[in-house]
Amino acid sequence: MPEPIGPRDRGGTAERTDGARPDVLPDVLPDVLIGRPDDAALSAQLLATTTRPFTRGWKLGFAICGALTLLLFALVTLTVLRGIGVWGNNMPVAWGFGIINFVWWIGIGHAGTFISAILLLLEQRWRTSINRFTEGMTLFAVMQAGLFPLLHLGRPWFAYWLFPYPSVMDTWPQVRSALPWDAAAVTTYFLVSVMFWYLGLIPDLAALRDHAPTRPRRIAYGIFALGWRGSVEQWRHHKVAYLLLAGLATPLVVSVHSIVSFDFASTGLPGWHSTIFPPFFVAGAILSGFAMVLTLIIPARRVFRLDNVITLRHFDAAAKLLLVMSWIATYAYAIELFMAWYSDDPYEGYQQLVNRPGGWYAWGYWLMIFCNCVVTQLLWSRRLRRNLKLLFVIGLLVNLGMWLERFEIIVVSLSRDFLPSAWHLFVPTWVDLGILTGTLGFFGLLFLGFLRLVPFVPVAELKQLRAELAHEEAA
Amino acid sequence: MTALAPPAMMAEFASGPALLGGIRALRDGGVSRFEAFTPYEVAGLDELLGTRRSRLGWIVLAAGLVGGGAAYLLQWWINVIDYPLDIGGRPDHSAPAFIPITFEMMVLFAAAAALISALALGGLPRLWHPVFEVEGFERATIDRFWLAVGAGDSALDRPRHTAVLEAAGALRVVWSRAAAVERGGAAPGAAP
Repeated sequence: MPEPIGPRDRGGTAERTDGARPDVLPDVLPDVLIGRPDDAALSAQLLATTTRPFTRGWKLGFAICGALTLLLFALVTLTVLRGIGVWGNNMPVAWGFGIINFVWWIGIGHAGTFISAILLLLEQRWRTSINRFTEGMTLFAVMQAGLFPLLHLGRPWFAYWLFPYPSVMDTWPQVRSALPWDAAAVTTYFLVSVMFWYLGLIPDLAALRDHAPTRPRRIAYGIFALGWRGSVEQWRHHKVAYLLLAGLATPLVVSVHSIVSFDFASTGLPGWHSTIFPPFFVAGAILSGFAMVLTLIIPARRVFRLDNVITLRHFDAAAKLLLVMSWIATYAYAIELFMAWYSDDPYEGYQQLVNRPGGWYAWGYWLMIFCNCVVTQLLWSRRLRRNLKLLFVIGLLVNLGMWLERFEIIVVSLSRDFLPSAWHLFVPTWVDLGILTGTLGFFGLLFLGFLRLVPFVPVAELKQLRAELAHEEAA
Repeated sequence: MTALAPPAMMAEFASGPALLGGIRALRDGGVSRFEAFTPYEVAGLDELLGTRRSRLGWIVLAAGLVGGGAAYLLQWWINVIDYPLDIGGRPDHSAPAFIPITFEMMVLFAAAAALISALALGGLPRLWHPVFEVEGFERATIDRFWLAVGAGDSALDRPRHTAVLEAAGALRVVWSRAAAVERGGAAPGAAP
């Protein structure tokens, strides 16, 4: 059932924390859309995000992200030329930063699909304003993620060997290994995300085709709008296709991180060989994704002055989901400890009960617990859920915590497996750190470009929502 | 009417409900060949025009089954027929290990079919269309709701239906003389 519409008084005496709009009464959760701007006003406001002047702040942002992107390309070139010996990977820690960053980035993408697909099927209206924004986040995060396994192959120019093609070598991929599963899952995830995003974008591209300020822009948007005219026939198929894509993306997003977790769970390594991994990874992915949504949308909302379409209700709902996902992750951490004790397996017990909480990397474990399980408990408070500065900080901390979770899983387990004679610590090199920083810059560059080039709040969908709200209020 | 035939008459409305009112008024006058252009989906429009449920779902189902089936068959053929590998003594035909790729390919094919058929069934891509030549139609993507009646509708009567539409709240009624838009020439004139 859709949520009830209109301001809801929940009682209590919380303060106003946003301070943006005079019509936001203290402690009344605002609507998903503040005010009832007419279609023209809403279109003008949301399409104008693509025509804002390039101020010094924008140039600075593009310059920083562009410089980091160049750093990334330089270090990728170095890695390809010299081999992955320039990374900190060793035996037994053969995965290192490459796989940590892969899992982290792809997990971040998952909240985008969660918001755009799952919340669409659940008829959650607060999704409408932020779904395209988070889908963009998904696309760009998956692009960063894909880079890492590719480089980690060592000889990335042979990456196409992962796909089945009639090879003159008369060989085929080993499809019972998790690596081709990964290749299929990540490729599918990226392509389906692009298709879902593009289908939703077409009506808004058509609006820009008709109203962008300059002719070259109109031509460019016109080509991508494919001639959309909003006829009954077009909307009829568009609606069904959009729902079907949401229905397909929903199990897809669960499958992708499940398959990523199979990379771990299908091995025999203590700390990895566990049936809880698929749901544990999926929940962690959505947790990190929601954290990234908060990290990105709080500044974007401020810069573009979108307080009326991205309201405190959106943040309240996202914060609640962050809390839910944090508890699922906490539960998974607890189950890992319990199973290590209950299984009576000495290797598993050493890994989970001694090495993680007390080993060389114990600082990472406890920082992870602090970021993913402790800090998030602040979100029980209705007042704090609407404190955007605090939410921004929590978002950053959870991003850090989820990166550390992958660090703990990969490095701690690999560095101390069965035989003490094989143990070896892992220390990242400057190339590792540079590539991670570089992907952050590349992600930022793509995201800034996205904010400037297309309306990142879905205009047609929001106008339709406004019409529905007006209809219900009249009824 | 073919997809590129210009409509005989178009009328502009300020809201979805007004558009529905205009269609009802014309329908009572015997007109039947409607088309509408809206900036977003208007509730009740499909029912009013009697459009059937999109058959896109069946196309997507078929594509998904083909994609998943082909992926499974390919894996089976690779592992059992063409290039068997002994992996830990497991049988060559290891169905559970084939499921992830089968599922992913099912989703990929179904999603691609959904996008492509949504565009193709809606007549896209087609960058130009006669309705784009109508003055004021550029607001059909913003806040105006346009009604069009096909050229072949013999029930259409210019003076009578112009009055009907204006009474129903049309902001503008545009008639195409001899149901033809002069390409490269002026857009069809506004209502008399």
